[in-house]
Parts: sequence; C-alpha cells; structure tokens
Amino acid sequence: MIGRNSLFGPLDPAPDAGYTDPPKRKGFFTDTSVCIGCKACEVACKEWNDVPENLFEMLGTSYDNSHSLNANQWRHVAFIEKPATKPAVDLGMPAVGAPVSDVPEDEKPDFQWLMSSDVCKHCTHAACLDVCPTGSLFRSEFGTVVVQDDICNGCGYCVAACPYGVIDRRKGPEGDPKVGIAQKCTLCYDRLTDGQRPACAAACPTESILYGDVDELRQRADERVALLHERGVMDARLYGNDPDDGVGGTGAMFLLLDEPEVYGLPPDPVVTTKDLPRMFTRAGQAGTALLIGAALSFVRRRR
Amino acid sequence: MNAPQGDGSGSGTQVRHGGSPGRSRGRNRGADRVMVPDADFTSYYGRPIVKAAPWEHDIAYYLFTGGVAAGSSLLAGGADLTDRPGLRRAGRIGSLVALLLSIVALVHDLGKPSRFLNMLRVVKLTSPMSVGTWILSLHGPFAGLASAAELVGMLPTRWQRGPVRLLLRLGRPAGLVGAVTAPPVAAYTAVLLADTATPAWHDAHEELPFVFCGSAAAASGGWAMVTAPVAEAGPARTFAVGGAAVELLMAHRMEASMGLSAETLHTGSAGRWMRASKVLTAAGAAGALLGGRSRVLSVVSGTALMAGSFCTRLGVYEAGMASARDPKYTVVPQRERVERGEQVRHQG
Repeated sequence: MIGRNSLFGPLDPAPDAGYTDPPKRKGFFTDTSVCIGCKACEVACKEWNDVPENLFEMLGTSYDNSHSLNANQWRHVAFIEKPATKPAVDLGMPAVGAPVSDVPEDEKPDFQWLMSSDVCKHCTHAACLDVCPTGSLFRSEFGTVVVQDDICNGCGYCVAACPYGVIDRRKGPEGDPKVGIAQKCTLCYDRLTDGQRPACAAACPTESILYGDVDELRQRADERVALLHERGVMDARLYGNDPDDGVGGTGAMFLLLDEPEVYGLPPDPVVTTKDLPRMFTRAGQAGTALLIGAALSFVRRRR
Repeated sequence: MNAPQGDGSGSGTQVRHGGSPGRSRGRNRGADRVMVPDADFTSYYGRPIVKAAPWEHDIAYYLFTGGVAAGSSLLAGGADLTDRPGLRRAGRIGSLVALLLSIVALVHDLGKPSRFLNMLRVVKLTSPMSVGTWILSLHGPFAGLASAAELVGMLPTRWQRGPVRLLLRLGRPAGLVGAVTAPPVAAYTAVLLADTATPAWHDAHEELPFVFCGSAAAASGGWAMVTAPVAEAGPARTFAVGGAAVELLMAHRMEASMGLSAETLHTGSAGRWMRASKVLTAAGAAGALLGGRSRVLSVVSGTALMAGSFCTRLGVYEAGMASARDPKYTVVPQRERVERGEQVRHQG
C-alpha cells in the first residue's frame, strides 16, 4: 500500500498498511511528572514477555542499573539527578512532589529527580519496519510495530535504522532461542488481542504509564501539560505527540520535565526513509555514470 | 565505569556515581584535525542515543567485494564485446571470486544465518537491503554463468562438448546481462548505509553512491591491471583512473556536505583508513595514468587502487560506527535545528 504520506507526514498507520476497518490505534502516554522510579514496569514487562536478563551491574548512574532500551530491556527507567530548580517567585500554588516540610531550605538536598520510563515509540513512520528485508517486522492492526520471531534472520538493519536506538539484536544469554534476532516492545500484542492493557501499564502504581487510543492519549497529554503549566511547572513539555514531526508522531508519547536529550531521547528525530526517494535517485545517477564510464573506457580505445 | 555491552564505553568522564548527566563538553578524541569546534551538548550519562549497526567487519569487506564484483562484470562485458579475451577472463574471474566472498560475508553477518533465504520472502522497496538482495539475485546468476563459461573455456578442447558447449555459448549473453545489472550492485550499498539513523552514513547520502561507484571502478580496474595482459588492459586503466578521480572528488564534496558527522571521517581509525585511501587511490591512479604498459607499474598501481578502495570502504564503515557510538553526532545537529526553529516538520 503506498499512499501520499506513506514515507512521511501525518497518517493512520494501520489502514495505510492495508487493514480494512482496524481497531483504533493504541499507544502509551508516559507522564514522567508522576513517575516514582519504582521499576514495576520493567519487572512486569520482563515477567509477561519472558525477556531474559539484561545485566547485573552497578552502573553508578543514579538508580539506573538497567542501562538502556535493548533486546533484553523493553522498558527502561531513566534516573537523572540534577540541581533543584527553585521557583523564582513563590506563587503559593499546590506543589508537585512532597508535602511542605519544616526542614530549613538550606538543609534540603540540592537536587531533584527526573525519572522516566522509556519504551519503543511505535512510530507512525517506523524506520525499523521500513528497512526490514524479511517482513519480520510488521504493523499490527493496533497500529503498533511488532517483530515476528520466527521470520527475523538477524540482519540487524532495523537496529541501525531506529532513530531512538530502541530495537536491538539479542546477544544473550547463551541458549536463549531468540539470540541473534531483533527484539523490542510489542506493546503486549498478545494482551491487546485479548482486550487487556500492556503489562507495564497494568503494573504502574501511579498511572504514569497510560495506555489507550492514541487520539485520546494525545488529548489527555495536552490537558496534562496545560495543567502543569498552570501550576507553574513550565519545564513540562510533550514529546512525540505531534503528527507532523519527523516520525509522523509516535504511538508512545511522553510528558518530560527537561529537554529530551537529558533523558537520552533525540531532540528532533527523523525517520531515515523520509529521504529514501532522494537516496535511490542519487544511487541511480551514480550507477548510470558507472555504466557510461565503463562504456567510454572501451569506446575511446576501440580500433 | 562499567560499560556493559560495549556501547556506552569511553564516556567515563560523564559518568559519576550518583551524579547527573549535566552539560558536558564533547571529548577530544585525539583529533588531529578539528573541523568543527567541540559543541556543548547534553546527554544521558554520555550514552549513545542511536544504536550502531550490530555488524562485524564482514559488511565493510562486502562493500569492497561487491564493488569489485560489479566493476569486474562491466569490464568483462566490455572486453567480450571488443575482443579482449585476456581482459574478459580477468573480469569474469574477478567477478566470481568477489561474488563468492560477498555471499560468505553477507550470510556470516546474519544473527540467524540459517534463515538467509528469508530475505526472499518479500520484495520491499522501502528496504535497501531487500532491494539489494534482489539486485544480487538478478546479477549473481548471470555473472556466475559467465564466469563458469570462462572456466569451462579453459578446459582442454576435447572436453568442450555437449552441455559444456552450451555453457560456452551462454557465456556472452549471460556476461552482458551481468554487466548491465552490475551498476546497481555497486550503487545500492551506499543507500544501504545511508538509509539508517547512523549520523555519518545518513548525512552522506547525497555523495556516497558516487564515492562507492567510483571506488568500485577503481578497485575492479586495479584488479584487471594486476591480472590481465597489459596490452589488453587499456580500458581497465581508463576505468580505474576515472573511478579514482570520481571517488576522490566526491569524497571531498561529501566531507563538506555532511556537517558535524564529517568529523568522524577524520578522526580515530576511520580517519586513518580515509587518509590511507586517499594516498593509495591517488598514487594508484597516477601510476595507471603514467605507467602505460609497464607490467611492474601495472601490478603496483593496480594493487594500490584496490587497497585504496578497500580503505575507503573501511573508513566509511568505521566513521558510521563512531558516529553512532557518540551521542554528540545525534544530539548536536538535532538540537541546533530545534534552536533555530527548524525542526523537521511535515509541510501541508
């Protein structure tokens, strides 16, 4: 199916992929302003999806010991400790966070937490899916992007294509049947087909991870960021909610409290296949030049 | 600090126990030539954002052997049409050897090599790897048939009968189809690299196909200069010199158009490969131009041209890997777009 915006631009991915009358597009809205860093999402994801060990290391990076999203880590909670930002003027507004304490200001810790549970973005224009040469990665009827384990031959192209560095080829543990093939969040495809929420959303105790219809989540995200701005949390911003952005908007969007790169997210991601027509044009020109060059090498010398 | 899975390594300066990522200055990676001043940027503990392709050097070798295969098929086709049997033989054998090495490299690099044939489940225009697989599937059998005919032609005459004679007859048509289908083999690998989120590869997408096609001509011309009789190798020398010129010129333009990630072509192991590539390619081209029919100079400059092409492929490959491992090349250009208010947005 090739539509006008099939490579770039706003799109409802499931109908574009050929589904007739699919269910509404499903996704996540991860509101990091209420994340408490409990990692229940990480655990629930591993339990439900049988994702093997990632690593057992003390990384020395705050409370983050799961390092990154990768083949063995489909939810990853980022921990950032940064100097506390104090409001310039006390507006007497209800604050986000702990209740008012009687500890003097200068004795309070001088840092604040940023915590965010990262996940596959399930892009409208998913580079991993576009470049997959076997058809292992496919668009589900829910508009999500899923790997078929029994098709993937481990070429690794999707790994290099993802602008967020989400999908990865499983390297271990030895003996795992999925070693060598690409793995990432499926948005719990199996649970969705059974009318259930993804495991991480079900386990999240603060509803930082919301699951639902993408258009409704976009609306809720707008409302939430407006509320936070009203309360004076001017650092609140949405990430991935714009259908006009470089990946056509994501199925998994976020409310962040700092710049995306602070959380390890790219500030302006673009699906690489946006430029694919241009790349093939240039390759066509170069190939033609090669053919002509070869012909000229002989023609000039023909006796 | 601990650097699991070998991807977050080298960024130790930004990793502090219980510390914050904060703003950090891009590291000086022993740069011998700083093109762009180090930029301030923020990252998550210095960890990469995009992931480097999980490939080994096989893919870099394939970039080279694929180029040699394509150029050799072209030279063999031209030699066949212009009655140069020695050059034709050199081209067809070069093509066969390079194709076999290519297939070994490609299959070996899969996570599940036994599922290699899954590549043929679908035809997918949005996947340069799928397109490339089909290009190879079209080119390979014809080029292989021509090479088989060449090998059979070397058998004693008394064996050349029956099906063997048929094979000999098929040599020319198969070789010509192989030649016509060769340029896509040389060109698509540039799209294969460019169609990724790897900064140094994607940023190079305007010129990389020309660099790779030039490199293919230089390497295959070099191969023919080494292996074909000098009296017949005139077209190979011309082809090689032209290819080397295009490669050097377009690589120069590429470095200018890539932006920040061009840095990775000048530093570290990629920088060494690229410098070696320029010296070898220029020297080989000069030797091919001036050496004429000298056997010794032909062999020396042909070898230099092949080595130059090999270094180009390794250099581009390593530059991409380095650009993926350092978050700077992902964050800084994107952050600059945002600061300028020029985020990539769909227009109407």
